[in-house]
Amino acid sequence: MSRADVCVVALAEAFRGDGEILAAGVGGPITMLAARLARLTFEPDLLTSDGTCLLTGDVPPLGAAPEVVEGWLPFREHLWLVLNGRRHVMLGASQIDRYGNTNISCIGDWARPTSQLLGVRGAPGNTLCDPTSYWIPRHSPRVFVEKVDLVSGLGTDRGAFDLRRVVTNLAVLDFGGPGRSMRLVSVHPGVSVAEVRQATGFPLAIPEAVPETRQPAGEELEALARLDPGGLREREVPG
Amino acid sequence: MALIGGILRSPLKDLTVISYGGPDVGLLCAAGKVRRVVAPFVTLDTIPLEPHFRRARQEGLVELTEYDEGMFMFGLLAAAHRLPFLPTRAGLGSDVMRINPGLRTVRSPYTDEELVAVPALAMDVALVHLNRADARGNAQYLGPDPYFDDLYAKAAARTYVSCERIVDTAELLKEGPLQSLLISRSMVTGVVEAPGGAWFTGCEPDYGRDEALQRRYATVPWQEFVDEQG
Repeated sequence: MSRADVCVVALAEAFRGDGEILAAGVGGPITMLAARLARLTFEPDLLTSDGTCLLTGDVPPLGAAPEVVEGWLPFREHLWLVLNGRRHVMLGASQIDRYGNTNISCIGDWARPTSQLLGVRGAPGNTLCDPTSYWIPRHSPRVFVEKVDLVSGLGTDRGAFDLRRVVTNLAVLDFGGPGRSMRLVSVHPGVSVAEVRQATGFPLAIPEAVPETRQPAGEELEALARLDPGGLREREVPG
Repeated sequence: MALIGGILRSPLKDLTVISYGGPDVGLLCAAGKVRRVVAPFVTLDTIPLEPHFRRARQEGLVELTEYDEGMFMFGLLAAAHRLPFLPTRAGLGSDVMRINPGLRTVRSPYTDEELVAVPALAMDVALVHLNRADARGNAQYLGPDPYFDDLYAKAAARTYVSCERIVDTAELLKEGPLQSLLISRSMVTGVVEAPGGAWFTGCEPDYGRDEALQRRYATVPWQEFVDEQG
């Protein structure tokens, strides 16, 4: 069992109870694996895509073509789904604050940024209309900041629809802290609470007893071995 | 990209470029052709950040209108339907409202809900590249995703189509199904056969993105890259 396995399972847990909606990962092996793992195990009604335009009837390994196609999902259909609310997306963030406001647009002053990033993409609509979770592969004070330079994705203090959880390479967090602020839910095996506190640039709500993130079950490890035989997930999160 | 190459060789400048942005935006910015970009993002997909667009922004060389990508589609839909705006929820609560001080909201006359009034993204000219077209401008996509080519065409006063291959009208339905006829000649001012016209981006199923060439685009000065490509 690797750290990456723990992260994938913690992210898959975000989809629990979602039913027949699109489980969307914004890219990278970990978020795609999370959606596929959830569908293969405890959330069989989820819709998942091949990463481009196909809704797959089966659940193929990363990079493999599906044997069965059950639907068509061009870019414009995502935009319809976002407003309709039938989509739970796992977004990334270059900055995130204690209420879950996130920034993927630029660092510095928007008028003339020191670092231009992607742009707001669909984050404003996603966070306003749909359940959203975040995957942060490198938990650090540069990402977990007091104040984001630009609000792309809405936090709980700005009307976010449902910020489910934040999973990082160190821990699982949610917004059950005071005033719906960020709270430490669990630390991954081998990670201390102090490490998470140090890697976070604002005061976290930390319960007295912080459990360990649950370890993948045997069935889940078998599924991951089939879905990612090349170990792409361990390249995204080493250890 | 063939049509973008044409602009690079022309005296056109001070353009407002409206795009779900890729290297089209980057190249035009690098060449100093752009006054304003209207976009929800600019990316090379497999290379997340567009280097030339980044530089232009960081050096303060271009203005930007940055929308949520759903807002952007509603702007295109409004222009396509010749409406002044369309309402949506996307954007509310985010800094999109702060960085676009000209954006207005409207109240639903039915529920009193406040919504963003996304102004029509009307444009003088749309440039699109498709797989096939006939000589009159009926244009066809054969790949898995139509993206927004038809919406750009409908939103613009004039549309120019480049395509991989011009075929007889009677051949179009031998190339693909009825639903692949994306753009009608009634929207098209001009059509040109430009094989490889999306290069180095993809035009599936004719070809995919040329990743090696894209990496070169992202690492060498733009003029050097353009000269190499002839």
